[in-house]
Amino acid sequence: MAYLELNNVSKTFGTGDSTTHVLDKINLHIEEGEFVAIVGFTGSGKTTLVNLINGLDTPTSGEVLFKGKPVRDTSHERGVIFQNYSLLPWLTVYQNVEMAVKEAFPNKTKAFRDARIKEYVDLVSLSPAINKRPKELSGGMRQRVSVARALSMDPEMILMDEPLGALDALTRGNLQDEILNIWNKNKRTALLITNDVDEGLYMADRIIPLRPGPNATLGPEFKIDIERPRDKAALNDSEEYKKTRNALIEYLMDIGSERASNTQNLYKLPDLQPKDLRWDF
Amino acid sequence: MKDAILRTLRFLGLGFLEPVVRLAAGEDSKKNTIEILKKIVAPIASILLFLGVWYTGSKSLFNTEANYTIEKARKEQGQVEADKVKACIESGDLSCQPNTLPSPSQVWASYKLLLKDHNTITADKKAFKLRTAALNEKRVAQGKEPIVYTGRPSFVDQIKTSIKTVFAGFLLALLIATPIGIIIGLSETLRTSFNWLIQILKPVSPVVWLLLVFMIVKTMTKDATGDTSFIISFISVGLCSMWATLVNTAMGVSSVDKDYINVAKVLKLGALQKIFKVILPASLPLIFTGLRITLSVAWMVLIAIELLAQSPGLGSFVWEEFQNGANDSNSKIIVAMFVIGFIGFLLDRIMLTIQKFISFDKNEGI
Repeated sequence: MAYLELNNVSKTFGTGDSTTHVLDKINLHIEEGEFVAIVGFTGSGKTTLVNLINGLDTPTSGEVLFKGKPVRDTSHERGVIFQNYSLLPWLTVYQNVEMAVKEAFPNKTKAFRDARIKEYVDLVSLSPAINKRPKELSGGMRQRVSVARALSMDPEMILMDEPLGALDALTRGNLQDEILNIWNKNKRTALLITNDVDEGLYMADRIIPLRPGPNATLGPEFKIDIERPRDKAALNDSEEYKKTRNALIEYLMDIGSERASNTQNLYKLPDLQPKDLRWDF
Repeated sequence: MKDAILRTLRFLGLGFLEPVVRLAAGEDSKKNTIEILKKIVAPIASILLFLGVWYTGSKSLFNTEANYTIEKARKEQGQVEADKVKACIESGDLSCQPNTLPSPSQVWASYKLLLKDHNTITADKKAFKLRTAALNEKRVAQGKEPIVYTGRPSFVDQIKTSIKTVFAGFLLALLIATPIGIIIGLSETLRTSFNWLIQILKPVSPVVWLLLVFMIVKTMTKDATGDTSFIISFISVGLCSMWATLVNTAMGVSSVDKDYINVAKVLKLGALQKIFKVILPASLPLIFTGLRITLSVAWMVLIAIELLAQSPGLGSFVWEEFQNGANDSNSKIIVAMFVIGFIGFLLDRIMLTIQKFISFDKNEGI
């Protein structure tokens, strides 16, 4: 039995004629300690999938099993890093993390909590900004707070919903390394949702493409057998990397063009000629 | 030093004095002079323009009224009487001045008169207190009510009473509307079930509220001695003004960003934690906007309610002066008008400052 299991999970929104079938018969198995990435186009239902796994939403049919038990509600065992950081703007970095620590460790002493908050803020190297509010931080710093908040609860599994999507390439690279470091330290299970193939290839053990919705479903998985720690510069020369990358991109291109041809409507264009606007004086 | 002054000024809402401070400190003189022209000289010019328009307007109204009076005297009582009236008006004798819009100088004179009146009454009160001190001690010792000053209140006393009433009403509105707003905002069922009531009661006029409160308070205070007009007026003020807060709070609470709610769910905050740590702070800007509207509405309806409820305050001052019809009544009414406007402005400023202080949303208020 896998650590996290999705069996024939489907999700629809609305009823009657306005029903949207977002996800259709998703099957996913993740083992303990694994780092899995799901790549997909925008609007293919990635966030819906994450919400089903973290318990913010429930599937219309099928089941989500975490450690063999169905997921019914959110839990401290699954930490979430949101796409748009979702920090509370009226709280400082410290207070944002404190909120999570307080909930996760309600019976510990204040000193323990304080130490833990500082430890995790330090882990994402934000100690100098610990008393600042999110508004005063850059996008990358905000996302790091979000990472610290999720990890400080000591979750057994980390769910990341396009965590680095809004960041520039440099910051993104740095944060990828930071997340990998933290993941490596206590070998938590991780699920990364992303739209960046290279990010997935660099970080994950397995990549699974999400075929675009409506009726999104998972494609065949791609295993990445590259040893960790991976070196970004060396990756480009690795045969394994190139092979997987090409195969993956080819697959995504195929389903991309499939989607384009499916949705293409042939409009009859009106027969219009530009009007002659020369001035006849 | 300079920065400290600037910060204080900005905090007090006196940011327009900034260029003066900067100029005094010897900064960029050309830029700051232009700033002074823009921020200080231009507003002063607009005040002068306003006074000018007012002066000319009142002058022409005065002439119209005076000519009418003279004509009337000529028609009814003949030329001799008309000349007498004309001479009387020109002499500035108070007894025959035309009754119309007073000029700025008359209003200013009335203002000084009201202050003088206030000083007289204050002195009178003090003397009364001294005189009755010994007697009152004896009465209290005997278990009797002490003698209190029952003379007429001064203009400043009226202002104080009005402010007291408005704050009591505002507090009542705050205590009723915010909790109800939060509860209604949290539950969609409650929101839909009480919506009709709110929508119907919201546009009810202050006068009707006053009558309603009067009906209830009259019965409830049957046995009470003393003046119930204060109770009636502050409850009416509260009931009239609380709707803005109620609606804004409900809206703020029900429209909290879904991201924040998701955070609360993922962190598994308890219900109370969720309300106090996430929902309330997130809706604070809207709640405060509601409270600001409530305070200004409270001040606005207060005058009308005092006028009707015969409770002491600026409203009844205005009404009494109007009924009085003395020579300087009109200018006293105008003085009251400016005082009312100025206090309303101050109240709004105070709320804005508190809002800036509490709210995370540091946007400049409107």
